[in-house]
Amino acid sequence: MLRRPATETQITHGGRLWLYVLGGLTLLFLILPSLLVIPLSFSDSRYLAFPPPGWSTRWYEAYFDAIEWRDATAMSFTAATLTMVISTALGTLAAYGMHTSQSRFTQLAYATFMLPLIIPGILIAIGIFLLYAHLGLNNTLTGIVLAHSVMAIPLVVILVASSFKSYDMNQEMVARSLGASRPWAFLTVTLPQIKTSVISAALLAFITSLDEVVISLFIAGGDKATLTRRMFNALRDEIDPTIAAISTLLILISVFLLGLTQLLQRSPSQQPTPGNEPSPRQSAKA
Amino acid sequence: MTTTSLADEVGRRDHAAWKAPNEAAYRRRERSETTVLAALAVPGLLLIGAIALTPIAWLFWLSFRSGSDFTFEHYERLLHPTYTLTLQTTFELSFLVTAICIALGYPLAYLISQVRPRLAGFLLLLVLFPVWTSLLVRCYAWLVLLQRRGVVNSWLQDMGLIDAPLRLMHNFTGTTIGMVHIMLPFMVLPLYATMRSLNRDYMRAAANLGASPVKAFWGVFVPLSFPGLFAGIIIVFVLCLGFYVTPALLGGGRVMMWSMQIERNVTYHSDWGAASALGVVLLAMTLAILWGVGRLIGFDRIVGGR
Amino acid sequence: MTAVNGKGSAISLPISIRNVTKTYGTFTALDNVSLEIASGEFITLLGPSGSGKTTLLMVLAGFIRPASGEVRFGDRDVSLLPPHKRDVGMVFQNYALFPHMTVAGNVGYPLRLRGVAKSEIADRVQKVLALVQLGELGTRNIDQLSGGQRQRVALARAIVFEPRILLMDEPLSALDKKLREQMQIEVRHLHQRLGMTTVYVTHDQREALTMSDRVAVIDKGRFHQIGSPRDVYERPESRFIAEFIGESHLVAVSMRGGTAHYRDRPLQLAEPPRHPSGQQFLVMRPEKLKLLTGGEDGLNVFEGTAREIVYQGESTLLYVDLPDDVEVAIRQPATNVGPALPAPGTPVRLGLPAGDTMLVPAERAP
Repeated sequence: MLRRPATETQITHGGRLWLYVLGGLTLLFLILPSLLVIPLSFSDSRYLAFPPPGWSTRWYEAYFDAIEWRDATAMSFTAATLTMVISTALGTLAAYGMHTSQSRFTQLAYATFMLPLIIPGILIAIGIFLLYAHLGLNNTLTGIVLAHSVMAIPLVVILVASSFKSYDMNQEMVARSLGASRPWAFLTVTLPQIKTSVISAALLAFITSLDEVVISLFIAGGDKATLTRRMFNALRDEIDPTIAAISTLLILISVFLLGLTQLLQRSPSQQPTPGNEPSPRQSAKA
Repeated sequence: MTTTSLADEVGRRDHAAWKAPNEAAYRRRERSETTVLAALAVPGLLLIGAIALTPIAWLFWLSFRSGSDFTFEHYERLLHPTYTLTLQTTFELSFLVTAICIALGYPLAYLISQVRPRLAGFLLLLVLFPVWTSLLVRCYAWLVLLQRRGVVNSWLQDMGLIDAPLRLMHNFTGTTIGMVHIMLPFMVLPLYATMRSLNRDYMRAAANLGASPVKAFWGVFVPLSFPGLFAGIIIVFVLCLGFYVTPALLGGGRVMMWSMQIERNVTYHSDWGAASALGVVLLAMTLAILWGVGRLIGFDRIVGGR
Repeated sequence: MTAVNGKGSAISLPISIRNVTKTYGTFTALDNVSLEIASGEFITLLGPSGSGKTTLLMVLAGFIRPASGEVRFGDRDVSLLPPHKRDVGMVFQNYALFPHMTVAGNVGYPLRLRGVAKSEIADRVQKVLALVQLGELGTRNIDQLSGGQRQRVALARAIVFEPRILLMDEPLSALDKKLREQMQIEVRHLHQRLGMTTVYVTHDQREALTMSDRVAVIDKGRFHQIGSPRDVYERPESRFIAEFIGESHLVAVSMRGGTAHYRDRPLQLAEPPRHPSGQQFLVMRPEKLKLLTGGEDGLNVFEGTAREIVYQGESTLLYVDLPDDVEVAIRQPATNVGPALPAPGTPVRLGLPAGDTMLVPAERAP
């Protein structure tokens, strides 16, 4: 095996052993720490030693028994769901408009949509805090959802716009020549074909809101505290094992959502048609 | 139906008669369609403008105000050693994290680009998994791993490599480890996207022309992967400059980043002037780097590399 | 289905294009073009890439709005009508089939848009699929079809709602040569059966000659000649047409007293030059030239030297150098009987029948 050539230029697998080892270790570095949290969450000890001295579900009970954790969880999920709906709708519309419009402002609009990703998060956070202080939107669901939508829309725009790049706009033209109005052609022909990207974008928007920390630190206080804000404050004080339980649940959600996007991409309706290059969606997720 | 030779000449004679009204109608229709389509982007733009950009303009204004006067005092204060030290820390940490990300990310991206597609898909999933995992969860994991009686220390002690627990968190080391963990996927993904799109014929041609595998790699593959590498460097470095959460948690207050100074000035001192000035400088540095690199290698290539 | 009744005004509409101009910045895609297309006619817009032929088709479909000018379908001014209200069938170059629908789903799409009852849709889809010889494939997915089958589905989808006008944008260009030639005949037959006015865009001159009632040759946004395939081929109006359509070599001639002279020898012409001003060229098509061995009655004679023989399977081309660095070619059908072609280097005499002797101007009169 090690003597077999690994490339066309005749480097053997053996000669590349270092590459496999280094790559493997780097991958372990990426995933192992998060996964280690899962067994720790079932420890019966306050001290998070590994392997745990004994097993229990006490930290899950602690989480489900605490009203403030439950409220924060409900708050986070409500905000994430609303953010997902708003940012997916606005982001998809914008991506479609910018793709089809001949307007010379398209470039400028696209650049503007990217600004929330470029501007440092802390700056956006204190800015929104300042704005909300005057509008009375601090510690409100509306405020949180609007702020999170601003962070999620750019991601939706990137994902959906990249799916338009590999989509054959002739199809929409053909639909229109066959008698479909533009909105109807979009709904019946374009949307079904880019739905994978739109759904992926929606999931990404959801997770973006669910995981958002910095803005929530400033604007989601009091009884509107999100899960991340409570977690952050708890982490600053001490390493509470309850957070291991919450983390495990969050990891499961992440794995579920990531798995969902992968399943969607493999569904048969997404097979590339001639003239359609498969798009590098994976990379756009960053 | 006759053979209409020179048909357009015939048409030109009565051209002037009805050209004018039609032309205007076409232009109107064209404009209205363009406007309707462009308007689809407006709700999103308005939201971003109102929620994100307006307050930043406001902060910009505040950074020059003291009471009701115009002033540079908030900027002058940034020359104080507290802040220059913070700036130095911020850049040191950002450079270090970016360098480690290159060292770890380039081989990993190269490996993924070389293996069979199915395996590559799986490995890529492992890279994406951290991106989809909550930032706080990952910081928490490192807190657990790196604490004084944490997993890393107890393993190192069990293996007899160290006698006393090492101080791994609430310092520069812990912050670096945590930030590398967060940033690494942002280096790997654009690198991989570029490497995968590289035409293998280049490597074949290099081999055919007599380049050894090592020479072909350094002389052909690496230069061709530069767009992805630059994209990764820019993304990682810029994100590092403004990073807040991980340094705040893993630095334990001992590693002071620029973003943390901003937070402190708002939460502890309610000093909006100072916070704004700090924010404006941070934004200016970020934009300057993006603009400079954009001028250097073309902004499309950064975005295209993603 | 009313559309299968044959030719008639109820199922087709005349098209009139009047003074249509379209510019992109400083580039003029369509320069004040006018064209009358008769009801039921099959007309081909033929031109090189970038000539404006597709732009004109898109103007007819309503996807491109001209800067000025007017388009009428029958009596109706459709200039400002959006594409979906024009009721024209359209076949795109890459077919643009909907991959998320089956074959029947694709073909039924325009009927669903028109609120046709479900049972009737199934019925009509089946009929039109049978018409394009895809009767069995209704339940197939698009990615299970071959190139030729996709082409047929695209065609079926464009005609199922019985449009009175059919637009086709290089629909056969993605097919290989054999299939393309077969489809040319099929599309032609389909048109004869259904009878809708058809505007067909291609850059392939042979395809244009094979399929059309009339050919409109377009270049640089202007029509250069509009006429029957025979007319365009046999009686080109300009040097551009003569060179673009078919194979031809042009030989400069001089005009003296209304008569054309080649090297001081008067030429017998099929008809007087139609655009007599300016430099005139003689159109020498390889298959019109004869290799002379004896008599030269009714022939214009040219003397030169055989240069090269190119074997092409069904025929052989002999390149001949005429004096003054002029090159012509002559095509001989490939048979094993008859005289052998002269060896390169030997003098040859070529004859061009008077009835095939055409003059074209260098540039068509403005």
